[in-house]
Amino acid sequence: MTRTRSVRKIALVGASVASVLAIAACGSGNSNSSSSGASSGGANWTQTGPITYVQGKDTSGKVQSWLDIWNKAHPDQKVTLIELSDQADQQRASMIQNAQNKGASGYDVLSVDVVWTAEFAANGVIQPLPTDMKTDGYLPAAVDSATYFNKLYAFPSTSDGALLYYRTDLLKAANISSPPTTWDQLKSDCTKIKAMPGNSKMICYGGQFQKYEGLTCNIAEWINSAGGQFLTPDGKPDVNSTAAMKGVDTLASWFKDGTIDQKELTWTEEPSRTAFESGQLIFLRNWPYVYTLAQTDATSKVKGKFAVAPIPGLTGPGVSTLGGHNMGVSTYAKNLGTVKAFIEWWNNEEQQKAHTIATSNAPTLTSLYTDPQLTKQFPYLTTLYDSIKNAKPRPKAVRYGDVTSAIQDATYSVISGSADATTAFNSLQNTLTTLTQS
Amino acid sequence: MLSDGQGTLAAMLISPTLIVIFLVVGIPIAMTIRDSFYTKSNKVDPTTGLLSNKEHFVGLQNFTNALTSQLGTVPGEWGNLPRLVNAFLNNMYFTVVCVVIETVLGVAMALIMSKAFRGRGIVRAAILVPWAIPTIVSAKMWWLIFQASGVANRILGHTYLWLGDSASSQAAVIIADTWKTAPFIGLLTLAGLQTIPAEVYEAAKVDGANAWQTFVRITLPMVKPSLVVAVLFRTLDTMRMFDLPYGMIGPHKYYVETLSMFAYDEANNLRYGPAAAYSILLFLLIVIVAFLFIKLLGAELITDDEVLALRAQRKRQKAMHKRAKAMPTITSGESAV
Repeated sequence: MTRTRSVRKIALVGASVASVLAIAACGSGNSNSSSSGASSGGANWTQTGPITYVQGKDTSGKVQSWLDIWNKAHPDQKVTLIELSDQADQQRASMIQNAQNKGASGYDVLSVDVVWTAEFAANGVIQPLPTDMKTDGYLPAAVDSATYFNKLYAFPSTSDGALLYYRTDLLKAANISSPPTTWDQLKSDCTKIKAMPGNSKMICYGGQFQKYEGLTCNIAEWINSAGGQFLTPDGKPDVNSTAAMKGVDTLASWFKDGTIDQKELTWTEEPSRTAFESGQLIFLRNWPYVYTLAQTDATSKVKGKFAVAPIPGLTGPGVSTLGGHNMGVSTYAKNLGTVKAFIEWWNNEEQQKAHTIATSNAPTLTSLYTDPQLTKQFPYLTTLYDSIKNAKPRPKAVRYGDVTSAIQDATYSVISGSADATTAFNSLQNTLTTLTQS
Repeated sequence: MLSDGQGTLAAMLISPTLIVIFLVVGIPIAMTIRDSFYTKSNKVDPTTGLLSNKEHFVGLQNFTNALTSQLGTVPGEWGNLPRLVNAFLNNMYFTVVCVVIETVLGVAMALIMSKAFRGRGIVRAAILVPWAIPTIVSAKMWWLIFQASGVANRILGHTYLWLGDSASSQAAVIIADTWKTAPFIGLLTLAGLQTIPAEVYEAAKVDGANAWQTFVRITLPMVKPSLVVAVLFRTLDTMRMFDLPYGMIGPHKYYVETLSMFAYDEANNLRYGPAAAYSILLFLLIVIVAFLFIKLLGAELITDDEVLALRAQRKRQKAMHKRAKAMPTITSGESAV
């Protein structure tokens, strides 16, 4: 009769917790996966055959048509598109899962976010590319972002850098001839513009200060633009140096004196874009995608009234954070000969140009930034090149997830006024030291 | 009272269910418990940069690390605390506040829904719509409402930062959760209300009871069995809350981070051992709460004569067992001499 009793208990408790345990159970089954896996020695970069290309949701709707071009020319080496979620986190999880299942999902070529390189390489999700894949002519910053322990783990495919959007009509009305290149200039320009009738309620500077990956991008720019750095070239954290603290202190003071509005603590890319388009902002730091939208959106009040410049810094133009995706190869990929040829073809000049025109993602080939057709379609491209050629990747860390959340914790506590900048960044320095130890 | 043959039949009939429960609940629990005692090295090979990824047994270290300040502290509503403790306090806070508000509103809704009036169908539908919306959808809906320049702030005429990491975000979670799940309590209570015969109320009226007396002396006691079950379900549900704060406020927000969110985040950062350990802790917590609930409030999922009969039988058996057990002890004592 005890059976009845235990059944009831199991049913009651089991139903309510099964979902929680399912989360934890995902971790099982990877106990004997060795990260070095298939990558060591055995890779045969000549074998050809059908492969898959895995990326996030294709919002341009054009990827398949480009694959069709390849498939027509190589009928025995067809490339199949696998589309993942449009959420970066879920793309990352799917790719890691593929490696844990020893390639059971059948992923070959992976579109890898620049910040995943170190984690994917160290965990054996992707393998080093053969040394005869040359990256001459590609953006050095993008190549750097795909390199781990002096080995190229992914091929630069798309790039991204920050731009300073500014209101040309307002600057002109205030007799300011050129956009600001330093933080002090930006602030004094803003004071002039706000002093003019009708502008007193405008916000000087818009950025992305919600607690998420964008905050890491933003604070990295404040630190790098003041001459500081997150990690020294040999990988040691350096976030509480005098130079870095100048950047952090400036940002904190802008939050205090209202140069940056308190509500920006909840802004991601989109809220900051809509605020700019509705005419609330004088200056906006954002990615290039905003340009076309702000010119064409039916609700945009700033059509033809804005232009772009490199982001400002402490003593001159600032240093942008590098974004973008690179193409990595799964450790369990087959037909590596086709994989290699496909990656090289996908990133040749003609293809990258077609990608840029259709998706407005920035190319990684430097020559395309001066291409007349592209600069005509994307007038910001020349400015973007200035931004990207000096851009810095975010810290390359195997435990990037922990590193970025530690950076976000420290930054958010400073800008929301709950912690003092020196204390927060001294403790961030300690946390990062623990996290990057190897 | 069951006869002997019925017991075998019952076992046969129930075995498919038991097998399914074993497969989908038992095995994952066993694997999670195993995982919680292991951890992976995060040491990187200095020449290749690769992780060894070998698991090793660490005993209870995954549990002890989380409960002490070993892994650092996080700033939340309750001060600087270890992340697990902070998440636990958030869990308890959300559970108590949400369930209390939801119970009060839910009972009120049930009372309204049970009244006969024109347009009752529309009112019932309106009350039940939030419950029918998937949680992640309502999370995104409220995310829009709670934007800095969103509807909520326009109505209130003040810019609250609902979606940041502050006490306002906690309020946002409580509001959205209450909106969504008070109808659930309402629904179950309504079912209970409809089993109360009208004669009881008529008798109360004849005796001159006022509305409050009727509610406290008749409605509440008679609706208690269904209400307690509803509250129990909501308590267990709120304790493992995940999608609402995650979808609306986001990860790494220590004011709203619950145990499930913390465990998920650890797993997402490829630390499966600690993630399993935290899930086990949450599991135990829920088991304890469920147990206390049943003991203290007498929540009964099945209350019919058969169950009561079974319980009486069990008691008798236990008593017999005790007597039987007492006998051999004496015998063995004698033989030892």
